[in-house]
Amino acid sequence: MSTTAEPTEPTPPTPSSQLTSQTSPSARADSDHRRLVHAVNVTKAFHGTEVLKGIDMDVHKGEVVCLLGPSGSGKTTFLRCINQLETIDGGRIWVDDNLMGYVDKGGRLHRLHDKEIAAQRRDIGMVFQRFNLFPHMTALQNVMEGPVQVKGANKGQAKARAKELLDRVGLGDKHGAYPAQLSGGQQQRVAIARALAMDPKLMLFDEPTSALDPELVGEVLDVMKELAKAGMTMIVVTHEMSFARDVADRVVFMDAGVVVEEGPPSQCIDAPQHERTRRFLQRMRQDPKSV
Amino acid sequence: MSERTAAERPGRIDAVPVRHPLRWVAVAVIAVLVAMFLNMIFTNEAFNWSFVFEAMQQTPVLRGLWMGTVLVTALAMVVGISGGVILAVMRLSPNPVLSSVAWVFTWFFRSVPRLVLLTTMGALGILFQQGLSIGVPFGKQIMSLLGVDSSLTFLTLDANQIFAGIWGGVIGLGLSEAAYMAEIARAGIMSVDRGQAEAAEAIGMSRGQTMRRIVLPQAMRVIVPPTGNETIAMVKDTSLLIGLPLSNELFYQLSSIGSRTYQVFPAFVAAILFYLAITSIFMVGQYFLEKRFGRGFGQPSGAADGRIARLLGRSQQH
Ligand SMILES: Nc1ncnc2c1ncn2[C@@H]1O[C@H](COP(=O)(O)OP(=O)(O)OP(=O)(O)O)[C@@H](O)[C@H]1O
Ligand SMILES: [Mg+2]
Repeated sequence: MSTTAEPTEPTPPTPSSQLTSQTSPSARADSDHRRLVHAVNVTKAFHGTEVLKGIDMDVHKGEVVCLLGPSGSGKTTFLRCINQLETIDGGRIWVDDNLMGYVDKGGRLHRLHDKEIAAQRRDIGMVFQRFNLFPHMTALQNVMEGPVQVKGANKGQAKARAKELLDRVGLGDKHGAYPAQLSGGQQQRVAIARALAMDPKLMLFDEPTSALDPELVGEVLDVMKELAKAGMTMIVVTHEMSFARDVADRVVFMDAGVVVEEGPPSQCIDAPQHERTRRFLQRMRQDPKSV
Repeated sequence: MSERTAAERPGRIDAVPVRHPLRWVAVAVIAVLVAMFLNMIFTNEAFNWSFVFEAMQQTPVLRGLWMGTVLVTALAMVVGISGGVILAVMRLSPNPVLSSVAWVFTWFFRSVPRLVLLTTMGALGILFQQGLSIGVPFGKQIMSLLGVDSSLTFLTLDANQIFAGIWGGVIGLGLSEAAYMAEIARAGIMSVDRGQAEAAEAIGMSRGQTMRRIVLPQAMRVIVPPTGNETIAMVKDTSLLIGLPLSNELFYQLSSIGSRTYQVFPAFVAAILFYLAITSIFMVGQYFLEKRFGRGFGQPSGAADGRIARLLGRSQQH
């Protein structure tokens, strides 16, 4: 967790006109040791429609941030931008002081090669709404795949580690099961173990429980709570208000591609300042499925 | 409910099954037709069964069966499948050069009939200048050697043998097959959910690893059944090898025995029996491949079993 050995990279420049026109001066002249994710003025458009309109977000090491907001507000898109499943149009994202997707050579940004981008992603675990387990592999093989193929880990050690992780998410008896033989909740827990197997510094969760039957939601949230307690840095898109209230250190409310409001859950959920936040929470309370 | 005695509550069902009188009529009609057919096969002199079996055991026929038919089918399918997968990956790549090369290749080989292709290939040895640029293995070396000195005549002869011989058949049929397999493989790759590639990339896999480890194994489930069809079609298309001309092939050998001995019809029957046998063997292979790549999908017994069960279940309803 400690970064006493701060990388001696030059301070990244302020965002240049290459990526964005609007810049905040001295985007990160101060190198904050506790900061893991540092996103500045992130913009993203699909076919000319701007979906992210200048998102700023910092996440500190060990912090759990819950991202709330109505459907289509850009939560998924923002998560995907962090680990570069989408390329951003403007702004900058740093994860652990690495500028994502680009390298700065003499003030000019150069796009990284696919291989280098793949390397940046190793440190970021992602859990998808629809699990996306590899259906032709057993639970154990799913968890081993990353360490063995990507990190070149020894198969025996990777297997032992994978077993450990599956035990940790409560699936000690399902090592040999194929995803199709597992319930949604079990699949999602395997997916969490698969992400953890890469020893990520950051975990991204995109509505990890919204494809689950209500009685299966708890088992996945419990695993996530354990993870939070163990000090994992997490960004969680969720509609589970009780989870946000209990586990999040901070709640960020997004709407229409901008951050509307953020703060501790006690403030943001229980005493929201903004009309849009209030309306969203109101609707959530009436019918959680409507958003 | 509780007032009822056990005897009043409905128990085991012992119903009269649905009767199928038409089915019995159909069975009777078919039985008569089969009897007529067998009668014809065994009593009609034209069949000359002893000749059929004798012809099937001739050394040139067996050699033709093994070399020209089985071996060329197997090798051409190896060329076709690997070429097809490579072409499909090229077609789907974001690199416009790769995808257009793949498109042109597919367009060319799908447009030219196989008999025409093979006959033309047979002539390439003579018209060596153009022919070698198709992308044939060792084409480059031969070309560069051709321009050098007088040993060229030797190599031209070599080229001639290559194009007209068994390798000519493998190359011609294999490249043509690759064009069809490319479409099959592309459909297979596109049938895999986008989320699979994203999940693989999210754990840091490169594009190549994602394709090899995650996407292709799943695409195989979609690729294998039509590939079985292609293989069976290939068995039959080896009879076109005579266009090269390659005479070391089953049908040519049998039909030449037939015309030599004026027993044309029994010779054709012998060929049909061989084609039936080879095709059946390939079908068994396909069944096991489908089972292998069905792992993790549907019931553990494999996709092929499920399909058969469903077919049987459906026929019982009629
Ligand atoms: N690949 C894409 N192509 C085009 N438009 C897209 C794409 N992905 C997302 N969008 C659009 O971007 C907007 C934001 O989508 P996003 O999925 O980020 O919303 P979200 O906040 O995650 O919503 P939800 O709560 O429904 O998951 C939506 O209007 C969506 O239609
Ligand atoms: Mg979403």
